[in-house]
Amino acid sequence: MTEPLPPPTERVPVVRWLKRNLFDSWFSTLLTLAALTLIATVLHGLGRWAFTTAQWDVIPANLKLLLVGTYPAEQLWRVWLVVFLLCVLSGFAAGRRRGIFLRIAAVVAASTFVLGVMPFPLATRGWLFGCFGVTAVGCGLGALARHARDQSWIRRTEIALWVVSFPLSLIVLNGIGGILPVVEGRNQWGFMLNLLGAVSGIGLSLPLGILLALGRRSRLPAIRIVCTAYVELIRGVPLISLLFMASIMLQLLLPDSFRPDLVIRAMMTITLFSAAYMAENVRGGLQAIPKGQYEAAYAVGLGPTLTTLLIILPQALRAVIPAIVGQFIALFKDTTLFGFIAILELLNISRSVLGNLEWRGRIFELYVFIGVVFWVLCYAMSYVSRWVERSLGVGER
Amino acid sequence: MAFWRDIRVLRIVGQIVFLAAIAGGVGWLARNLQANLSESGLSIGFHFLRDTAGFPISEGLAYDPTRVNGYAFWVGIVNTLRVGVVGIILATLLGTVIGVARLSRNWLIRKLAMVYVETIRNIPLLVQLFFWYFAVMLAALPMVEDSIRLPGAVFLSRRGLYMPWPVPTETFGMWAPYLLGGAVLSIGVYIMRRIRLRRVDRPGLPILWAACTFLVVALAGWLVTPGSPLALDLPVLQRFNYEGGMWLSTPFLALVIGLATYTGAFIAEIVRGGIQAVGKGQAEAARALGLKHTLVLRLVILPQALRVIIPPVTSQYLNLMKNSSLAILIGYYDLLNVGTTIFNQTGRAVEMILLIMASYLVMSLLTSLAMNYYNHKMKLVER
Repeated sequence: MTEPLPPPTERVPVVRWLKRNLFDSWFSTLLTLAALTLIATVLHGLGRWAFTTAQWDVIPANLKLLLVGTYPAEQLWRVWLVVFLLCVLSGFAAGRRRGIFLRIAAVVAASTFVLGVMPFPLATRGWLFGCFGVTAVGCGLGALARHARDQSWIRRTEIALWVVSFPLSLIVLNGIGGILPVVEGRNQWGFMLNLLGAVSGIGLSLPLGILLALGRRSRLPAIRIVCTAYVELIRGVPLISLLFMASIMLQLLLPDSFRPDLVIRAMMTITLFSAAYMAENVRGGLQAIPKGQYEAAYAVGLGPTLTTLLIILPQALRAVIPAIVGQFIALFKDTTLFGFIAILELLNISRSVLGNLEWRGRIFELYVFIGVVFWVLCYAMSYVSRWVERSLGVGER
Repeated sequence: MAFWRDIRVLRIVGQIVFLAAIAGGVGWLARNLQANLSESGLSIGFHFLRDTAGFPISEGLAYDPTRVNGYAFWVGIVNTLRVGVVGIILATLLGTVIGVARLSRNWLIRKLAMVYVETIRNIPLLVQLFFWYFAVMLAALPMVEDSIRLPGAVFLSRRGLYMPWPVPTETFGMWAPYLLGGAVLSIGVYIMRRIRLRRVDRPGLPILWAACTFLVVALAGWLVTPGSPLALDLPVLQRFNYEGGMWLSTPFLALVIGLATYTGAFIAEIVRGGIQAVGKGQAEAARALGLKHTLVLRLVILPQALRVIIPPVTSQYLNLMKNSSLAILIGYYDLLNVGTTIFNQTGRAVEMILLIMASYLVMSLLTSLAMNYYNHKMKLVER
C-alpha cells in the first residue's frame, strides 16, 4: 500500500494574501488601520520607555535577592548544584528520548549560554557555562544509553532519579543536620519559593486529586459524600482565605509540640487547595470513559484496582491533559499569594526592593521583569502541554 | 463463606472505619482547639459582632467607626459584591469582544487578540493587580490638584475617579409612580410580545419593545413632573479634594480593571471554543435558507454556542468573585479585608474564619444557582 500524498499547499501571492486577510471589506480595512495605529502607538511608547526612560540597573543589582532572596552567598553553590542536577537529568532525557525533551534541553542550554556571555560577575558566568556543559554531558550520556541493550533498566533508573531529585534538592537547599549546615530564613528565598511551592504542589496535588476524583465516584456513600464535600467546600472559597486560615488557625488546631513553619504551611495549603480543582478535572476525564471499558476489563479478569490503574486512569488522564496543565499553571501563578502570609517570594521581595531608598520608583521595571519571568515559564508549560497532547493524538482516535 | 470475606460486609466495615478515621481526626483537631483556646482564656461566641468596630472603612455603604462589627462586615460583603458585579459585566463584554476577534477574518485583529489572551493568561493576577494599583494608579496618575479631566466632568487622579451622578430632588416622589408604572407596563408588553412571537413562530426581540415602553413612560412622566426630578451632582474641587458626584477609589478601579482584563482573557478563550464548537454546516445551512448575517449569528450560532459556553463561563464568574479577595493586598475594603481587620481588633480567629468562609460559600452558591437556571433555560430541548 502506498502512503497518500499530503494535500498540495496553496501558494498565495502577497498582494492577494493582503487583500484577503487585511483589506477584505471596508470594515476590515478600518479594523486593520485601527489595529496598525494601536500597534504603532503601543510599540512606540513601550520602546521609548524601555530604551530611554527605564532604568534597568535595578534588575541586575537585585537579581540575587529576587531569585534566591536571603540565601547566603557563600552557600549559593547548593542552588547551583540543584540546577546542575536538573540540567543533567533533562539533558539525559533529551539524549535518550529526543522529541520534546530535546527541544526543552536545547532551550535550557541555549539560555544558559546566552546568559553566560552576559556581563554578570565572573563566578556566575562560570556556573552558567557549567550548566551548559552539564546539560551537554547529560545529553551525551543519554545518547549512549539510547543504544544500550537493556532499555527497561535505564528507564526505571531515570524515572527513579527524577522522583528522588525533588526531595534531594530540598535536602541540599535546606541542609541536613551534621552533613550540610541548615540554611535559616526559609521564608525569604525569593523566586526559589515560587518554584519550590509550584513543584511540590504539582507533584502532590495530582495524586491527591486522582484519589479525590475516584472517591467522588465511589459506590460507597460515606467515601463519596466526604470527597464531594471536601471538593465543593474548597472550591467555594478563595485560596487567600485558606492561606489566612493556615497562618492563624493552624496554631489553634494543632498541639504545641507540632508547629510546621510558614513555608511548609503555605505549601500544604496550596496543595490541598489545588487538589480539589485537580479532582474535578480528573473526574471530567473519568466521566468520558465509556462503560464498555470497565466491562471489557472485568471480562478479561482484572479486579477493580487493576482496572482503574491500567485501563481507566491512563485514558482518563490523557483526555484531560490540557485541563491538568492549566491547573498546574494556575498553581504556579498562585504561589505569588504566599506574600500575603509574610513569605518573601518573588513578588513580595520586589516590594522590599522598592522600599529601599536607592531603588524607589523603579516600579515599572520590576513588575515588567516579574511579569516576563512568569510569562516565560507559564507559556513554556502550556507549549509543552500542547505538544504532549498532539503527540498522544488526543481527540484523533 | 466466612462473613469477614463477604464483600458486602467488607464495604460497610470499610466505610465505618473511614468515617471513624475522619471523625477521629476532626475530634483531635477540636480537642486541640479547645485546649489552645482555654489556655489563652478565649471562648467561641459571636457577641463581639455587636461591639463597636472602631476602625474606618473609606468606601461603600454609609459607615462610621462607631458602628458595630457586624455592620462593618456587611459593608465588606457589599463591597465585594460591588466589585464582583461590575467585574463580571466588564469581563463578559471584554471576553466576548476578544473571543469574537480571535475568529475574525482579519489576520491582524486575530493575532492581536491572541497576543492579548496569551499575555494576560500567563501572568499572575496579583502581579497585574499590583501593576494597575501601585504602578499605574499610584505612580503614573497625577495628584488630585491637577486631575486628568475627561469629557463630561469626570476627574481622574490618585484619589480615584470622580464623576457626575444623578441625585433625586424633592419632586422625585411625583416621578416615581411613572417609573413603577412603566416597569409594570413593560413587563406586560414583554410577555405579550413573547406570546405573539411564539404564536406566529417568528424571531424577534421582545426585550427591545419592553425597554422602549419603559423609556416612553418614564420620559412622559419626566415632562409632566414640575421641575426636574433628578439633578446631576457634579464633582467640584474644594481645597483638598473633590466634593459631590460619585467617587470610585483607586483600589476599586485597579481591582475592577485587573479582574475584568484577567477574567476577560479566559472568557475570550471559552467564547472562541464555543463558537468553533458549532458546526460550520450550521452557518452554511442558515445562509442557504437566506438568513442575513446578523440573523444567522443570533438565531443559529449563538443559541448553540451558548450551550457550550455557559458552564465554563460560570466557573470563571465564580473565579472572579473569589479572586476579588486579592483586594486585601491593594487596600480595598472587601469582605476578607474587613474580616481580617475585625480579627485583628478582636482576636476572634475561629468565628471570623467561619464567617468569611460561609460568606464566600453562599456567594458561590448563589452565583452558580443563577447560572444553572440560565443554563437550564438555554439547554437543548430534545424532541
